[in-house]
Amino acid sequence: MVSNFDFAVIVRSLPYLFYEGMTFTLTLTALATAGGIVLGTLLAMMRLSELFLLPQISAVYVNLMRSLPLVLVIFWFYFLVPYIGQWLTGASRPIQVGAFMSCVVTFTLFEAAYFAEIMRAGFQSIPKGQVAAGYAIGLNYWQVMGWVVLPQAFRNMTPLLLTQTIILFQDTSLVYVLSITDFLGAASRVAQRDGRLVEMYLFAAMIYFVVSFILSSFVRRLQSRIAIVR
Amino acid sequence: MIKINHVSKWYADVQVLKDCSTSVSRGEVVVVCGPSGSGKSTLIKCVNGLERFQKGNINVDGIEVNEKNTDLPKMRARIGMVFQHFELFPHLRVIQNLTLGQQVVLRRSASEADQKARNLLYRVDLLPHAMKYPGELSGGQQQRVAIARALAMDPICMLFDEPTSALDPEMISEVLDVMVALANDGMTMMVVTHEMGFARRVADRVIFMDRGEIVEDSSTGDFFDKPRSERAQHFLSKIFSH
Repeated sequence: MVSNFDFAVIVRSLPYLFYEGMTFTLTLTALATAGGIVLGTLLAMMRLSELFLLPQISAVYVNLMRSLPLVLVIFWFYFLVPYIGQWLTGASRPIQVGAFMSCVVTFTLFEAAYFAEIMRAGFQSIPKGQVAAGYAIGLNYWQVMGWVVLPQAFRNMTPLLLTQTIILFQDTSLVYVLSITDFLGAASRVAQRDGRLVEMYLFAAMIYFVVSFILSSFVRRLQSRIAIVR
Repeated sequence: MIKINHVSKWYADVQVLKDCSTSVSRGEVVVVCGPSGSGKSTLIKCVNGLERFQKGNINVDGIEVNEKNTDLPKMRARIGMVFQHFELFPHLRVIQNLTLGQQVVLRRSASEADQKARNLLYRVDLLPHAMKYPGELSGGQQQRVAIARALAMDPICMLFDEPTSALDPEMISEVLDVMVALANDGMTMMVVTHEMGFARRVADRVIFMDRGEIVEDSSTGDFFDKPRSERAQHFLSKIFSH
């Protein structure tokens, strides 16, 4: 049965799969992770602050995002972002942001909700006395955050943040709903064109597995290396 | 230096401080003692604004702690504080624990902050440990680093919140020695502690608190020899019964 397979199709399409597909997948993963962690950290700070309404706003945002399917959000933003852009800039037409920017915005906003929950746990893992000690030497709120709380919270949460990044890496394949050529999209196109579905999808699965596996073992190694001595 | 006037504080409906008034003059060493839950830690944390209070006022060197437009970070930078659980920053080296506030708050240059930090580490006999992380030190050593960290800011007074309560017995004296030296140098100190030996040796006054009230506020000699209140007598008899 295996003799019916044509694995040469993989070799032939490698440049297309990686230069176009994987580049998109990795760029989107990297940008959304960076944006998601920044926004998620701010959301977590809002959630834990004692200022008027900020915790509620953050909670509503996080819970809303976490209760919507990602595919729906991708769709929604693709059609909505141009109008939001128009509304924000006061332009006369919807702003065309392109599928890529739309994806970056969507994944950043969506993943921020998950990163926010991780960072919230990270903040809560820092003893209250650490904050008090920061204030006691004269630091203000932002300085306590920047010098005392965030460095420790990030270190405690790095494994979880990376695990979430692996999930994000896999989730990026959902951009197929916008017919964007990410890694899976590229594989899918070749598969349809050459009628080599089994070979291409097997290969795609293998690549996703290998990348995720390498990242996971990296996380495990990191976990033991960066632990703070208490 | 520190004036505490009719301070009351509530956690929801529970009153934890009841109309507390006292003061600490320049160069004075005042020990605050009392049974656990008597509000002594809360009172000392009110002095540098780590805890808010609802009634009364506290004035440190002419600055009102509870006033809205008081620059709390600026005020706290001038008041050293030492905590029960040390609260050194575990992700920073010992020396960095001492330079952080100097550089970020006081805007001292790296070399100036470093020099100051090394001098202080030498003073608390920990210079060889400068490049270690706090987690590599014993409890007594960590607490001495914490004292040095507070001193690095050139404070006008020092607050100690049960500095020896979390220490193994054999490490208590090394921390107390540093505090005694500090007191002898003329530092203004407010110390919450159960170490009555320390109180007798260096305190000018002893404040005894119970259930959120200042029950007794007298000179050290008077407090130990002829405590007026029954509660203080009871407390002392318990402490010295062994």
